[in-house]
Amino acid sequence: MNTLGQIFVIAVSAIFIQNFVLSRFLGLCPYLGVSKKMDSAFGMGMAVIFVMTMASAITFLVYKYLLVPYNIEYLRTLAFILTIAALVQFVEMVIQKNAPALYKSLGVFLPLITTNCAVLGVAILNVTPLADGSSYNFLLAVLNGFFSGVGFTFVLLAMAGLRMRLELVDLPESMKGMPISLILAGIMALAFYGFMGLKI
Amino acid sequence: MIHLLMLVMPAATLSSQITTPVIIIGAMGLVFGLILAFAAKVFAVKIDPRVEQILSVLPGANCGACSKAGCAGYADAIVHDGAEVNLCAPGGPEAAAAIARIMGKEAGSMDKKVAVIHCSSGGYENTKFRYAYRGIETCLSAVNIAGGPNTCTWGCVGFNDCLRACKFDAITIDECGMRVIDADKCTACGACVKACPRNLIELVPLKNTVYIKCSSQDKGPLAKQSCGSELPCIGCGICSRKCPVQAITIENNLARIDYTKCINCGICATACPTGAILDLLCGARKKAEVIDELCIGCTICAKNCPVEAISGELKQVHKIDKDKCVGCEICVSKCPKQAIKMV
Repeated sequence: MNTLGQIFVIAVSAIFIQNFVLSRFLGLCPYLGVSKKMDSAFGMGMAVIFVMTMASAITFLVYKYLLVPYNIEYLRTLAFILTIAALVQFVEMVIQKNAPALYKSLGVFLPLITTNCAVLGVAILNVTPLADGSSYNFLLAVLNGFFSGVGFTFVLLAMAGLRMRLELVDLPESMKGMPISLILAGIMALAFYGFMGLKI
Repeated sequence: MIHLLMLVMPAATLSSQITTPVIIIGAMGLVFGLILAFAAKVFAVKIDPRVEQILSVLPGANCGACSKAGCAGYADAIVHDGAEVNLCAPGGPEAAAAIARIMGKEAGSMDKKVAVIHCSSGGYENTKFRYAYRGIETCLSAVNIAGGPNTCTWGCVGFNDCLRACKFDAITIDECGMRVIDADKCTACGACVKACPRNLIELVPLKNTVYIKCSSQDKGPLAKQSCGSELPCIGCGICSRKCPVQAITIENNLARIDYTKCINCGICATACPTGAILDLLCGARKKAEVIDELCIGCTICAKNCPVEAISGELKQVHKIDKDKCVGCEICVSKCPKQAIKMV
């Protein structure tokens, strides 16, 4: 398989087939917490794409050049959390200084995803061997991070759109708010289950 | 098997197995820590200490009455964009004074205001309906269906959007289903003003207690028919003619009080033929009286009296006609010798 084909497979599988929220059930906290309004959902989505891409790159290097040579792969969870938290803090400082406009739109969301399980999940999945025994190289790992973020943003925006309409629906008192949102999330996950049948 | 291995394993091997990961992870933590400490110095953003000081005196309700994005946005705007210091409605004069101290500016005058609903209808018994509305129970949704369920297309529909908008619990519902605004709790943030789809709510200075409790722009007979509380403004203009300071204007069949001119005398409320004007102080007003020993006859009170109730020659003790006096207390505030009291 050529690289372009591989990239396409990674994109489709990260966004639809193995969507982080709806088939891996990672990152559910921001998915339910920040999906009340379209604009904050969009800001959160952008922040997740950014952090996932950066984290994929750094953690891949940490794994390959630090953990593997010393045979301590079993410490990857610990090492990755450390790396991601430091990275997000660092990035936050840099953009606060150099890009105040970007900081205003992303800044509030960055601390929320320092130790988000979706970000940790993509870092760990990047270094886990695939079903056929091969594993990602650096470029594919970064792209996997990017497209996983896109997939997260996609379902977050879809959820926000649905929940904004839900606000106007006359619901029984006990279903208002979180209960109906959870049911909605379940139905969305069922719908995404259909993508499992895609053969690429 | 593994247990056995562990038991027979020499102590040196076990400790070397632990040492490597501890050193690697510890080194990672140290390096990241140093990078962050270094970055904190290099990328430090200087925040004006005044911003944080102002933020600490603001109420922190993030209500948006100042038209900035939250209290932090307002604090930032004061320091960097030279925004006025008296824009915070919930904080009121105290916050304005505190901010002025931090900024070294004058606070300027700031009258505390209170929200007033310009409609006397909207309760359980005093609202006339054209059709039974069975939809989402918000005013916004109700008024959008065929001009609203109540006969008066200007009046309160009674689904309490204002109450839900109030962050300070200043609006409550009484036993008749009417919304009551607690002047002590109201911070004049204006959230209810924005929430009311019929624009019935206005922020009125707290010292003014006379309100026109109607917003109907219908012509007289129609306003009378459609008003559920039977207290409509029919736009007859009697209040406007009776007002001693010309504070009331009639526009689109509706009287409106200009609170920058209103002296709070309440004459309009007694003159209104339909009872549309509410006067909270009705019957409780005092009359002005000159303290003869203190009066020096400067005529300042007579010149300032809006109803010409004060008479007297220069350097003579003045007299106040109690029938004419409306109890506005303007003379009390103008007298240089504090020679007028309210009885």
